[in-house]
Amino acid sequence: MPSERLEAGRPAPRGEAMSTQHRLDALRGTTPPRPHDARAIAALAANPGCSRRALMDGAGVDKDAAARHLGFPAPFGQSPFAITRGNVFEALVKADGCAELLRMLREALGLPVAEVAYHDVENVGAHLRHAHTRALIDRAATGGQDAGTLYDHPLLTLEIAGHTAYLEPDVVAFQLGGRFHIVEIKSFAVIDGQADPAAVAAAARQAAVYVLALRTLLEELGHDPLQVSHDVVLVCPENFANRPVATLVDVRRQLAVLRRQLTRMTSLDRLLAALPEDVTFDLRPDEDGRPTRPVAELADALRGATARYAPDCLSTCDLCFFCRDEARQEGACDLLGRQVRDELGGVASVAEALGLADGTRDPAVGQEEIARLLRNAERLRRECLT
Amino acid sequence: MSLLTSLARLRALEEGIAQPVATVRHCHLSARPMVFVPLKLSGEAAAPLAAMLGTERERPRLLVVTQPRNRDLRFAWAAELAGVLLPYIEGFLADTETVERRNADPYERAMDAPQLIVPNQGGVAFTRLLGRSTRFRRPDGPYPVPESVPVLGRWLTYFGERAAYPGSALMLAATEELGRHWASGQSGLEDANLAALLAWITTGPSEEAEDPLVWPPAGPATDPGFDAEVLAPAIESGKPERVAEALRTQLEPTWRLMWQAIDLLAGLPEGASAAQRWEQDRGSFSGMATHLAEGAPPQARRDGAVAAAARLARMERAQAAYDVQRAYDDPLVMAEYRLTGEAFAGEVVETDPDNTEGEGRSRKLRPLVVIKTDDPVRLPPGATLGTPQRRAQGAELVSAGEGLVTVKITKGMGRGRTAAPGAVPEVGERVCYTSLTDDFQGSPQLPEAEATPWTHGGPPQDYVPDDEDAQEEWS
Repeated sequence: MPSERLEAGRPAPRGEAMSTQHRLDALRGTTPPRPHDARAIAALAANPGCSRRALMDGAGVDKDAAARHLGFPAPFGQSPFAITRGNVFEALVKADGCAELLRMLREALGLPVAEVAYHDVENVGAHLRHAHTRALIDRAATGGQDAGTLYDHPLLTLEIAGHTAYLEPDVVAFQLGGRFHIVEIKSFAVIDGQADPAAVAAAARQAAVYVLALRTLLEELGHDPLQVSHDVVLVCPENFANRPVATLVDVRRQLAVLRRQLTRMTSLDRLLAALPEDVTFDLRPDEDGRPTRPVAELADALRGATARYAPDCLSTCDLCFFCRDEARQEGACDLLGRQVRDELGGVASVAEALGLADGTRDPAVGQEEIARLLRNAERLRRECLT
Repeated sequence: MSLLTSLARLRALEEGIAQPVATVRHCHLSARPMVFVPLKLSGEAAAPLAAMLGTERERPRLLVVTQPRNRDLRFAWAAELAGVLLPYIEGFLADTETVERRNADPYERAMDAPQLIVPNQGGVAFTRLLGRSTRFRRPDGPYPVPESVPVLGRWLTYFGERAAYPGSALMLAATEELGRHWASGQSGLEDANLAALLAWITTGPSEEAEDPLVWPPAGPATDPGFDAEVLAPAIESGKPERVAEALRTQLEPTWRLMWQAIDLLAGLPEGASAAQRWEQDRGSFSGMATHLAEGAPPQARRDGAVAAAARLARMERAQAAYDVQRAYDDPLVMAEYRLTGEAFAGEVVETDPDNTEGEGRSRKLRPLVVIKTDDPVRLPPGATLGTPQRRAQGAELVSAGEGLVTVKITKGMGRGRTAAPGAVPEVGERVCYTSLTDDFQGSPQLPEAEATPWTHGGPPQDYVPDDEDAQEEWS
C-alpha cells in the first residue's frame, strides 16, 4: 500500500554522528539512498542479530537492487490485482475527507461527532511534512482550540541504530478525550470476525512502529507519551465485499518487543568498527541507474558483514536468497529453520551435527548432551530403516 | 518436530535427497481421489480464478472465470464446480452398510467416501472460504444462484473442517502428507512449495522448483509476475480463450506434481490403523449427507459456545489417538518416543510365564518378561505399558536399570491358569513397550446448546436465513 512510500532525503549529519554518517554514506557510495520504512523496521526487529541487514538498512542501501545485481532477486513481488485492490480500498476509506473512516471511528472509538476535523498533511509539500506534523501534533497535545481530529499522510521519524527513519502511518486520529490513535488501513479481509493471523500480526508489528514514533515525538515535545493509545485502529474489508470494518488491536506486546529489540540492536558504530575501512556496498550505478560494480566484488564486500540467515527471512528480506546461498555453502544448520537450530543447541554446522551423530567427531565442552542425543537418534534411525 | 526428524533433515541436506521419517503410509489413499487445484485472484479473500480438477490424471477438467470481477461469472463458475464435485461426492452414498450401536439406533455408513486432495494448506483454506462464500446463497429471492451452489458450499465447508481434524483423510494437502513421510533438506517453510518438496524426494533439490516460470506456484495464489505480464493483459483483451489458456499453463504443471505426490504416497504400505480412521471418515461423511438430506441449515458462521467446546474436545481426542496409532503402526515414529524415554525396545532375555501374585482366590497370573535394551528408559516402576506387537495386551513396568527392564504382563494373556500360547514373548524375541496407550477417553459433559450458561453468551440464536445472506457482496 502507498503508506510504505519511500521518503528520499535525510537530515544533514550533526556533530559526533558525523563520522558514522560519513562511513555509512561511504558504505552506500554513489547509489541513491533507500531509507527504512515501518515494515523494514518491524522486520529488522524480528532479526536484530543480523549485522548485514542492520548495516545495509542503516546506510540506506537499496537491498532489492543489490540482490538483483548479485543474481539473487527477491522472491516477492506484488500482483497488480492486489495493488489495485489495496489502492481502491484505501481510497474508499479515505474518500470525502475520510467520511467512511470517521463513521467507523465514531463506532469503534466513540469519537464525538461535532469535533471532527480533517487535516491532510500532504498538502504542505514533502519537505515540510515532518515539521508540519510536529506542529500539528504539538498543538493537539497542548489542547489548542483549532487542533484537528484526523491527520492524513503525517510524517513521523524514529531513530534506528543512531539513524533517522521517516515513517508514514496511514492516518493518525486524535480524540478529544486526549488520546491519539494510529489508524492502519489494510486490504486483507476479515471474515466472520476472523482474519489471517499472519497478516494481522504483521499489521500490528507495523502499527507498533508508528505508535513508538508518535510517542517519541510527544516526549520530545514535552508531552505525556502515553497520550498515544496502544490500541491501534485496524481497518480491513469485511467478509467478501469492499465494505470496511474497524477493529481495535492492542499492540502493547509488539511495542515491548520492538523497544527491546531496538535497544538491543548493536549500534551501527560498533558494527562499522568491525568492517575494514575501505569496504563499500556501492553498486556504482551508471547514468541510467544500472549497477556496474563487479558482482564478485560486491558479494565479497557483503560477506564482510555477517548475516544471520533464517528461513523467515524468505518473506521479509530482499537479500534472502543471497544469504541462503551463503548458508548452503557454509553447510549451516540455520538453513533448516530456527526449530532445528534450537534443537541442536549450539551445533552450528551440518557436518558437525552429523559427525556427532555418527560418532566420528568428539563433542566439544558443553556438547556432551546433544551429542548423546544425536548418537541415540542415529542408532534408532539405523535400526528402523534397515 | 523432534530431534529424530531434525537429524533426518540434516542427513537429507548432506546426501542431497529427502530421507524417510515414516515406514508406512499414515493416511488412507482412495482408489479414486478427486485432485483439486484451485487458483484465486490475488488480493481478494476468496475470488475464484480457476480450478483444475478430476479423478483421472489423463483427463483434468479446467474451470475458469474469464472475467474475475464479474459476479455472475463467478457464480456460474461455482455452479460448474458443483457440476463436477457433487456427482463425485454423491456417487459414494448409494453403497452402504448398517452399523449397530450400543445405546443408539443403527445407522447406515457409506462403504467408501470421497477424498479431495489439494496441493497445500493454502488450498485447504481457500476451499473453506469458497464454502463460506457460497453456502448461504439461495436459489430464490434476490441474487438467485443455481440450486447446486449452496449445496456445494456446504460440502466444501464440511471438507475444509474435516481437513483440520487429526487423522482424517477426507481432504488431504499434498505437501502436508509428503512432509509427514519424508524429511527434506530445507526448512518447513520451504516445504510448503510442492515442486520443491517433490524435487527433494525424487531427484534432489532443484533451483528450478522455485522458478515460477518453470514451476508456477501450486496456488491458490498465482505468481505476481504472471499476473502482471500474462493474466492482466489476457483479461484486458476480453478474449475468454486467452485467459483460459494462460491459466492452463499455471495449473498443468501442478496437476502433474499432484499425481506424482499420490504415486509416491501410494508406494508406501498403508499403516495398520489407517483403515480404522477411514472408517470414522466414512461414518462422518454419511452423517453429513444425512444432515443435508434432512434439510438442516447451513453450518453456522461461527460455532456457539457448546458446539465449539465439543468440537475442540473431539479434535483433542482425535489428535491423541492419531499420535498413538502412528507410533504403534510405525517403528520409526515409535523411535521418537524411544528417544525421549517414553518407550523402549529390545530383545527378551528371560521370561517367567507362570509367575503369580496374591494367594488363594485372589491369586493372579502375572507373567514376567526381562528385556535387554539400549534405549534410555525414563519410566517409573508401576507405569502402565502397551506394546505394538500384542495390541490387546496390557503390562506394567516392574524395574529398569543397567540396560535391563522387567515388565509384568497384566492383561490380554488369556483366562487360564497358564498364559495363552503366544501371549508371553519368547526369549530372543524383539519387543517394544511404551507408556503411550490409546485408552478410551470419555467426552466431557457439556450442556445442551439451549442451556448455554450466560457466562458463555447464553443460548445461541437459531439461524434464520434472510435476504441479507443472499445479498452479501462477492467482490
